[in-house]
Amino acid sequence: MARNEELFNAIIKGKRKDVATIVQAALDDGANVEEILMGSMIPAMREIGDRFSRNEVYVPEMLIAARAMQAGLDIVDPLLATAGHKALGKVAIGTVKGDLHDIGKNLVAMMVKGAGYEVMDLGVDCDVAKYDEAVENGAQVIMLSALLTTTMPYMKEVVDHFKAKGSDVKILIGGAPVTQEYADEIGADGYSSDANQAVGSVEKVLV
Amino acid sequence: MSKTIEISSLDTFIYGRSPKPVITDRGLEIGTGIVFPEVNFTLPAMNCNAQTWPKVVAHYTEMIDDVIRRSIELEVPQLQIEFETLPDMTLNPAWGLEINRLLADKLIAAQERTGMKTALRFTPNDIREFSRPPIMRSGIHWENMLEVFDKAGEAGADFLSIESTGGKELCDEALMNADLPGVVFALGVLGCRDMEFLWKHMVEACNRNGVIPAGDSACGFANTAMVLADKQMIPRVFSAVVRVASAPRTLVAVTQGAKGPCKDCAYEGVYVKAITGTPISLEGKSAACAHLSPIGNIASALCDCWSNESVQNVQLLSGKAPEVSAEQLAYDCRLMNVAARRSPEDALRLRDWLVESDAPLDPQAYVLHPEVVLRISEKIVQGETPYEQTRIAVAAAIDELRRGADEKAYKLAEREESWLDMMEMALEDDIPETEEEMIAQQAPLVDSAKCDLREYGISV
Repeated sequence: MARNEELFNAIIKGKRKDVATIVQAALDDGANVEEILMGSMIPAMREIGDRFSRNEVYVPEMLIAARAMQAGLDIVDPLLATAGHKALGKVAIGTVKGDLHDIGKNLVAMMVKGAGYEVMDLGVDCDVAKYDEAVENGAQVIMLSALLTTTMPYMKEVVDHFKAKGSDVKILIGGAPVTQEYADEIGADGYSSDANQAVGSVEKVLV
Repeated sequence: MSKTIEISSLDTFIYGRSPKPVITDRGLEIGTGIVFPEVNFTLPAMNCNAQTWPKVVAHYTEMIDDVIRRSIELEVPQLQIEFETLPDMTLNPAWGLEINRLLADKLIAAQERTGMKTALRFTPNDIREFSRPPIMRSGIHWENMLEVFDKAGEAGADFLSIESTGGKELCDEALMNADLPGVVFALGVLGCRDMEFLWKHMVEACNRNGVIPAGDSACGFANTAMVLADKQMIPRVFSAVVRVASAPRTLVAVTQGAKGPCKDCAYEGVYVKAITGTPISLEGKSAACAHLSPIGNIASALCDCWSNESVQNVQLLSGKAPEVSAEQLAYDCRLMNVAARRSPEDALRLRDWLVESDAPLDPQAYVLHPEVVLRISEKIVQGETPYEQTRIAVAAAIDELRRGADEKAYKLAEREESWLDMMEMALEDDIPETEEEMIAQQAPLVDSAKCDLREYGISV
């Protein structure tokens, strides 16, 4: 898909008003709405995520880009819905029971959303029932976050719960004390150490 | 509050000595000349619930026994333990109090047996944020906290502390956005108002029950910023300003009656020590078991207790981690105490080495430099209210960081330079002089699902 460089750069630089103007102008010129989203907007968010991974930008700069992206989404979303376009997938994310830390979780949610997925943010202190409800509402992936070593074991309870049910939902985990080894040990489908990597993990399990 | 600071001379601003020392009923002294370990420990990765409770008790028994034994073997002159509860132990007050009693009994027995002075700091959680938006002044969580405060003495606590979280519900997002006005609103308005309310109750409970009200920490604010900066998520220079901005908030505990020592993770405690003369606990290189930091040495330059923050009860090659941690702290303290015993000049030399080994490398260390701390503290006390003090702290921190960068007194990464400019602009344009104006500016921006301003005595 052809990339609209002006739109791509406006998102990266976080120019919210410019993004809205460029998107509207492109649509007025007859551009395909899906091409705008997939060809320019999502790649722009990927690029900002990659720059963050390379320590070239800070989170506030990523958030500014995400808000600029949202300005474009506000215009294209209704058109995509009319055209029958579906999000790349449906993801639910929440911090596990007993844990109130949500900075990392919020960042992951923002990046995954920016990558074109529908994200259900379940908040903090989430028990199995909350994740269950999300899966009943169509979540194909659930992402569990924990910061405390004493709440981390709850991730296993969630994994065990869905395994016992025979559910095919994919479970990804992350958080400061969490490791790939722990993910393997409890049978999670994936682990990521930062928000940008989390997007890749979602892509991987939904292939 | 006095317009002069308690410690005004660099020569008397040093580890182990505070103008207002604290002495416990069992004779443990803080701030009278020696630095000693404050050891904190926690469970390994495991559930904490009714089913696992016997295992939980066994872990705490093992941890306290190990730490006491090793401390005696290393001839530690005094030992302080901090018992920082897990959220489940404040949600169920009887659990936290049971462990506290267990630890207190072991410490008392050790002192009777060996003469090593011991004390126990009890730090329940601020569980009010389990409600979203947090309910700060009523409800089951607040009632549980009050119960824990009131029974701390009966459960053997010598000191009562907390890492309070009022305003954190807004500060997290402000940090992620590097939104300086948002941080100042969270810390200087909400945080300070909540500290006043909370510490009034804590001090009253302590006075009723013979416990020393110790101090708070802006852990959820400034340490969150430090961790985010360490992960390259926000600029270090921004985190440095947040640290200084958190000092007036932590100071409120003292103005409400806390006596010290400030919590170990309160790096802003150095400002509290300079301003009020109360002793402080700090953590640095020997707390790497809990978190990394760019301030491992400088943190000990002004400490009165030296802490490991927290360590899990896991096996290492030499022994269980809490015992290992106690040993590391013991050796750190020995060195500082030997220098102090030699002469005041030797102590100051060691202090300066500790400072110089970190301060030039990171803005977050630079704002802990004793000279910088004294200069900023003198400005902070000119503020009439906690909000004014917070605004002054921000302005003074930016000013010091600008001057320090110009003089190349510390390393400022190229990509951080523009952030100093942005903070200067934010201070000038978006951080008003009075709390009233700040509330008027920020209140309309607050998402009521996240934060209920009425919980901070602000009408909406």
